[in-house]
Parts: sequence; C-alpha cells; structure tokens
Amino acid sequence: MKSAVIVYPGINRERDLARALELVTGTAPYMVWHDDAEIPDVDLIAVPGGFSYGDYLRCGAIAGQARITADLKKKAAKGVRVFGVCNGFQILTEIGLLPGALLRNAHLKFVCKEVKLEVVNSRTAFTNAYAQGQIIRCPVAHHDGNYFADEGTIRKLEDEHRVVFRYAQGTNPNGSINDIAGIINEKGNVLGMMPHPENLVEPLHGGLDGRGIFESLLETVA
Amino acid sequence: MIPNEIEITPELVAEHGLKPDEYQRILDLIGRTPTLTELGIFSAMWNEHCSYKSSKKWLRTLPTKGPRVLQGPGENAGVVDIGDGEAVVFKMESHNHPSYIEPYQGAATGVGGILRDVFTMGARPIAAMNALRFGAPTHERTRHIVSGVVAGIGGYGNSFGVPTVGGEVNFDPSYNGNCLVNAFAAGLADTDKIFLSEAKGVGMPIVYLGSKTGRDGIHGATMASAEFDDDSEEKRPTVQIGDPFGEKLLLEACLELMATGAVIAIQDMGAAGLTCSAVEMGAKGNLGVELDLDKVPCREEGMTAYEMMLSESQERMLMVLHPEKQAEAEAVFRKWDLDFAVVGKTTDDLRFRIFRHGELMGDLPIKELGDEAPEYDRPWVETKPPAPLDPESVPAPNDLGAVLLKLLGSPDMCSRRWVWEQYDHLVQGNTVVRPGSDAAVVRVKDSNKGLAFSLDVTPRYCTADPVQGGKQAVAECWRNITASGAEPLAVTDNLNFGNPEKPEIMGQFVGCIKGIGEACEALAFPVVSGNVSLYNETNGQAIMPTPAIGGVGLIPDLGKTATTAFKGEGEAIYVIGETLGHLGQSVYLRDIEGRREGPAPHVDLGAEKRHGDFVRSLIRSARVTAVHDVSDGGLLIALAEMAMAGGIGAELEAETDLPLHAWGFGEDQARYVITIAQAGAGDLEKDAEKAGIPLTRLGRTGGRELTLNGQITISLDKLAQAHEGWFPAYMAAPDTNA
Repeated sequence: MKSAVIVYPGINRERDLARALELVTGTAPYMVWHDDAEIPDVDLIAVPGGFSYGDYLRCGAIAGQARITADLKKKAAKGVRVFGVCNGFQILTEIGLLPGALLRNAHLKFVCKEVKLEVVNSRTAFTNAYAQGQIIRCPVAHHDGNYFADEGTIRKLEDEHRVVFRYAQGTNPNGSINDIAGIINEKGNVLGMMPHPENLVEPLHGGLDGRGIFESLLETVA
Repeated sequence: MIPNEIEITPELVAEHGLKPDEYQRILDLIGRTPTLTELGIFSAMWNEHCSYKSSKKWLRTLPTKGPRVLQGPGENAGVVDIGDGEAVVFKMESHNHPSYIEPYQGAATGVGGILRDVFTMGARPIAAMNALRFGAPTHERTRHIVSGVVAGIGGYGNSFGVPTVGGEVNFDPSYNGNCLVNAFAAGLADTDKIFLSEAKGVGMPIVYLGSKTGRDGIHGATMASAEFDDDSEEKRPTVQIGDPFGEKLLLEACLELMATGAVIAIQDMGAAGLTCSAVEMGAKGNLGVELDLDKVPCREEGMTAYEMMLSESQERMLMVLHPEKQAEAEAVFRKWDLDFAVVGKTTDDLRFRIFRHGELMGDLPIKELGDEAPEYDRPWVETKPPAPLDPESVPAPNDLGAVLLKLLGSPDMCSRRWVWEQYDHLVQGNTVVRPGSDAAVVRVKDSNKGLAFSLDVTPRYCTADPVQGGKQAVAECWRNITASGAEPLAVTDNLNFGNPEKPEIMGQFVGCIKGIGEACEALAFPVVSGNVSLYNETNGQAIMPTPAIGGVGLIPDLGKTATTAFKGEGEAIYVIGETLGHLGQSVYLRDIEGRREGPAPHVDLGAEKRHGDFVRSLIRSARVTAVHDVSDGGLLIALAEMAMAGGIGAELEAETDLPLHAWGFGEDQARYVITIAQAGAGDLEKDAEKAGIPLTRLGRTGGRELTLNGQITISLDKLAQAHEGWFPAYMAAPDTNA
C-alpha cells in the first residue's frame, strides 16, 4: 500500500503518522510539501495533526488555502482515500471534504489523555479490522476538538451511519455533539477524527488499539 | 569619539541596574562617558542574569566532567554521549520574573527559550519538563498564575510539538510574590554534529535568522536581576510575546541549514537579545564583531540602536556562516518563510562595534563585555541549623487513615493530572512512561534505548539546611531515574534564590552548591548545564532556596524498566533502605501539625549509591515488578501512590518500634518500595543480606483496599477521590481576585 503524508508549516505529528503507516504497511509514505502542486499516485493521503500556521486563525483555515489543496480535493473526488487526524480533520472540514467544524473544547483547555472510542461503523475502508461496536482505547491531544454541525447535518450523519467513532463510557473530552469523535464522507473515502490512533500502535505505546485503522486500509487495498 | 545623544546621569545609570562602582569600571575601561546605547549594552551584559557575577565563583566548584560528558557548562546546553554516535543535549532555565508579571507569555517564552537553547546545538527536542512553584493556594494571585503558567507552557510546547513529560508543582507562601517557572528541555543529536557558539575566522558574515525584531522584552534580563516591589506589574511591557509557530519553523530551518554544512557558529537570541548573542560569539572566538543595525529585520518603524540592541523579541538566531554557502543557507530560510539577513561580520580587533544610519553608535571591548565581565565574592554566612526535633513532641494522630487521606489530597501531595493533561505528552510517539510516575521515559527514536528524565528539589529541606537540601535534591533526582531502571548520566541545575547581596541568602546559595557538588561527585552525576536566578524577592521577602535539579538517565534496553504501579495480586512488598521515622521538615509535620521544625533528613550518599545500584540491578534482571522512590510524605504516601497507579490494593504489616505516624510519614532518604512475585522473595532477601542492603518486608499486594496493622482500611476509590480531587476543585473555584 502506497501512502502520502502532507506536511504543512506548524504540523507536528507528521512523523508519528508516517511511522505508524510504515510500521503497519511496511512502506514509508511520501512526505508531500504543502506548496507542491501534486500528490503522487497513492492509495492513501494522510493529513496529520499539529498546529498548521500556529492555528492563529481558525484551526486549519490557512492550511486549507495551501497550493496542494486543489490536488487533494481532486484526488478525493476520484475516490483516493483521505485520512485526516486532529488538525488534519480540521483542515478537511475547512476545505469542505467533510461537513461541520471543530470548535474550542467545551472546558476551553487543551486536553491530552486517553479516551475510549466506540467503533460505531466497522463497515468502512478505515475500520473493517475492528468489530462493530468494539470499544478501543485511543489518546487525544487537542484544543479544538468539539465537533459541531447544524441539526440537519448531524441527523444526516447519524442516519447514514457516517459517525464512525464516538467517545464512549463518559470519556467525551471536549463536549462534541453526540460524542462524535470521527466521521466519514458520503462516498466513504474520506475519514476525519480528532483522536490519535497513530500514538497507540506499538507495545511501547502501551497498547495496539490504534493499529486497526491502518490494518483496515491495508486489507482494503490488498 | 562618539557623540552622546543623551546625558548619562547617575539616575540613568541606576535605572540600568548598574552600581556606582560598576559604572566607574565602565569609565575606566573605555576612558570616556558611554553613549546611551553603550550603557544599555553594559547593563545587558553585566546584569546578574547574563554575567553570573555573584555565582560564578561557586559554580566553578561543581563537578562538570565525566566519561560521557561531551560538553559541560558554558554553551547553550550540556551534551552527554548515549552511545551509537548519539548524544542527549539538555538544559534548564528559569523564567520566574516574567511569569509572575504575565503568567501565560512569561511561561510560554520560557519554554521557547529553552527549546531554542537545545536546537541551537543541533539537537531536535524530544522532551520537556518544568519545575513550578506557586504561592499559597489561598493567596489572591495564585490561581491566576497557576492557570496562566500551565496554559502558557502547554500553548507553546503543544504547538511546537515537543512532549512535556514531567515536572514538579509546589505551593508555598514564600512564592506569593515570586513564582518559579523553570523550564527543562532535552534533544537528540549526532555526536559529530554538535554546533557551538564560538565564532571562527575573520571577515565571516554574521547572519540574522528567524522572526523580526520588535520593541518587546527590552530590559527583560535587567528586570530578572532586580527585586520586585508593588510597582512590578508596571513592568509588563518587558515581557516578551511567544510565537511557537515561528519557533517550529526556526527549528526545522535550523536543522535543515545545519545539515548543509554552512554553519560555523550559532547562538540563539535569548536574554539581552542581539547584544548577548553577538558578544558571546565574538568573545568566545577571540574575535571582534561589527553589526550594521540598518540590516536587522524590524517589526516596527524607527527603532533606535538602543532598542534594537536590547530587544528580547523571541524566535531569533544569530549565525556565522561559511561565505561560499550563503546562498544555499538563504534558500533554506526562504523556504520556511523566515527572515535571513547578513547584519555584520567578524573582525580581528576584539572590539564590538555598532552602526546605525552609517554612524558609529557603540565601540566597546568585547572580552570585558563577555567572558571577562565583573565577578563578585559576595559575603555570606552559614545557615544556622535548626534545633533537633523531639519525637515525643509529635503526638500520634487519632486516625492514621484520615491523615493519609488528608495528605494525599493536600495541595503539595495531590495528583498533578489537572496540570499534565494540558500538556501534549505523547506527540512524537516515543513516550514510554507518561507523567505521574517517578521518572518519565522517552524512547530514543528508531532504537530500543530510552532516556529517563526527572526534576527534583525539596525547598523546605534547603531552607533548614542548605547543604543537606542540596544533596537531597540531587539524590532524589538520581533515585527517580534509578527507579525507572536507567543509569543516571548527568544533571542540569536551576538555582533559584533571593537577593545575593544579603549574606544569609548568599549563605543559602553557597550551602546548596556545596551539597549539590558533593552529591554529584559521589553519585557520578556531573552538572553539564544550568542557570542561576537570583533576586527572587518581593518587598524584601525572599523565596525558599530552590535549586531545582534536572536529571537524565539512559536505559539501554526498554524491555528492562520499571514503573510505580502495582502489577499483580499477591505479590510481596518490600522497602529497601532504613526507616527511622525522620519527621523534621516533613510534609506530615508541616501539614498535620502546622510546624516547620527540625533538621532536614540526613543524606547518606554512600547508602544512596548502594541502594540505588541494587535496585537497578533488580530491574535489569527483571526480578521486580514495581519500583517507587520514597520521598515527600514518606512510605505510606509512596505505597498509596503505587496502589492507585495499579488499581490494586495492599495489606501492610508494620513491624516496628516506631510510632506508626513516624514509620509511615517519616522522610528518611535512600529508600525505594519494590514489589516482587512471592516465588522470588526468598532469593531477594538472601541477596540483599549478602550485599548489606537493608530490606524490610511490608506486606502483599491485592484486593481493593489499603490496610495497615488494623489501623488503616481505605478503599482504592476513596484514596483516588482524595488524590485526584484537590487540583480540579481548586482551579474551578471562583477567582477571588477577579
């Protein structure tokens, strides 16, 4: 499986994501500079976490204006899988590949801790290695992870089973609507999530629960 | 001769923090009245913060060498060999004064400064910690400062992308008017790619890199070298504003630039900005420096030479580059959208010359500004040891369990989760042991090696007995690193004290240094970098002496480590080291009896070494399942922490002649609690006896309660409730000072 990680100035989990991809797929991803015109032909484009452009404006807003965005949108429309984590999720909502927005955490503080996630939909290309309804551990680390969308959008997401991950067992760390932690687009090829599965993929991380996403993608491609 | 644009009066000299005798020295040195710009430069270079004039004499007594030490004090950070061609680069630095005035920005730029110190050496930062001391929780400003400082540290470190993995938080009224924010950072570099600040070669271009220069932070270092009074809040404009995004770009650009081989010397612009960095590079290299300030990228119009030389705008670097690689270097910085400007050159005449609008604004001898700055041997008096504590005067409590709960839920002993959950402690994906254990452990990338980090000092011991307190700070740090299974390598120190012009304060400083030196020597734990922060006083009230020690250890095999959490049911619990019930200066005596009395616990460095080496060998042979150093609060606090961390209770049996409160809460040193599978217990006892290590069985793990001699029975839930409750409740309470 071939993959690419887009690098924006201020991103800081690109190495974590690259390492997880290499660990599970056996192939190191291309690291693609935000100012490039084109992303190489790959099976997966990953948009990593961090603070692109310092997040001094709305999170992800400036990264969304990057030169690479045009090709990212083009490839997503063609059906290439796109996976946005944390700041990556925020960027995907900014450029319209996913609906809604990520607001400041309800308690207004940055939060880094481990939460529980329910795999609400295991029939996606990103989650088929998990069981439906499985509860997994996953770290979060964000200041703006409070998912928000209008009532109609939320209803549509729920009706179409596009809420893929939900904070479980009372561990919602940011006040997001319906405990939403990750959503997928209509076509099922673009997933965004706030938690960081890439930080729970080796025994040294204290668990392997995050591997399922990368394993799912690998199986889907293979 | 340079014309004076403004008359230099005694008042102006005093405003620059220069004493009359220091000003006379300036006159003697240059043979004329200095210009305002020159006065500013002297003030920046000769203040306590930059010149270490009161402390240098004593700092020289510290052991700084060791077989693994590649770079000791005097550079931006210390460098220690960790094998396989790699080195750990680390330092700690204070940002106390700015953090009190403007907590968020003060703490944020403290983190920024220390990260820059590390990557200036060519190392990518891999871990950060911070030692924080705040005023009494009841003091009107404390909540505001805690909230701002923690948010500032998180705001900078999280965005920059370094995991903040540990630290200390304490409260005490002596910090009411002077909080302490000591930031630590460590990075990884190849041993053959360490970059230093010493300029080389005449006529080499001096290049300014990073963010633009503004008017922020002018005279920050001078402020940090004076006492506070009621008007200190008016100094808010001297606090710099941090830009973690700018720093992240600077990191990436610097490391990319270093890889091109273009860099001869590099120095970050920290305290006293352009002045300090240019002087240090020249003075170290025995070269002069000429700067043309018209070339300096400025954020604001019409900045004077004085303002530019003293600005402490953040995220800036100065480098000496190989002229033939200048274009290549510039391309790297343009790619990262950062400023790049040739602002001067090295000369062969040991002068520091400043030009603005084509005019010479300053012409000073560079060595005397830099490494030959004034030095003082301040008078000092030895701290009088406190009277011995009569154990009979400390009555047994009615309810030992209630005491345990009270201490676990007290401001100083409760869980710091509220703090570290605001820090990204996982970014980079190498965090092995997260905050809350003895030492944090971070993997060395692409290897099975780890580095252990811990920050420690017990200021109340240092107050009672500076020598023992200094020793204890080093010993506790060494123990915490040992308890993770690591070999302690070296330390950085952050020495926070009051006004050194007072002989009692200077005596505290001298005593602590003596203790630190002895302990570092005995434990082969050299000091490779550090920082001194003096004048931590407000209205004449000094802080407790607080020499924070930041230690680093090496774990050769991450498969052989230990953490504090109980791991299984029915395992044997032991304490290594002697339990003598020392209650002098203990948390128990202070928080239960309301007394700050008695001597600090004695530190037997020989015992520390023997016990620690024994514990490490147990961890490395995978014989023990959990290890926890015993420190503040004594045995019962350590045991409760192990139970809570593992979610497993314990049945404890104290066989002792001591009163149970002294046994349980005494703070004797050189102790560790360990757990071991029952099957291994017999051999352990034999081995300890053979090695002459005091070993006492305390009971067994298991169940959902902590019990002791039928006197304590507390459920884990209740322990956790007490332990986790205080911090969030305190911070959520309405701010009385709003």
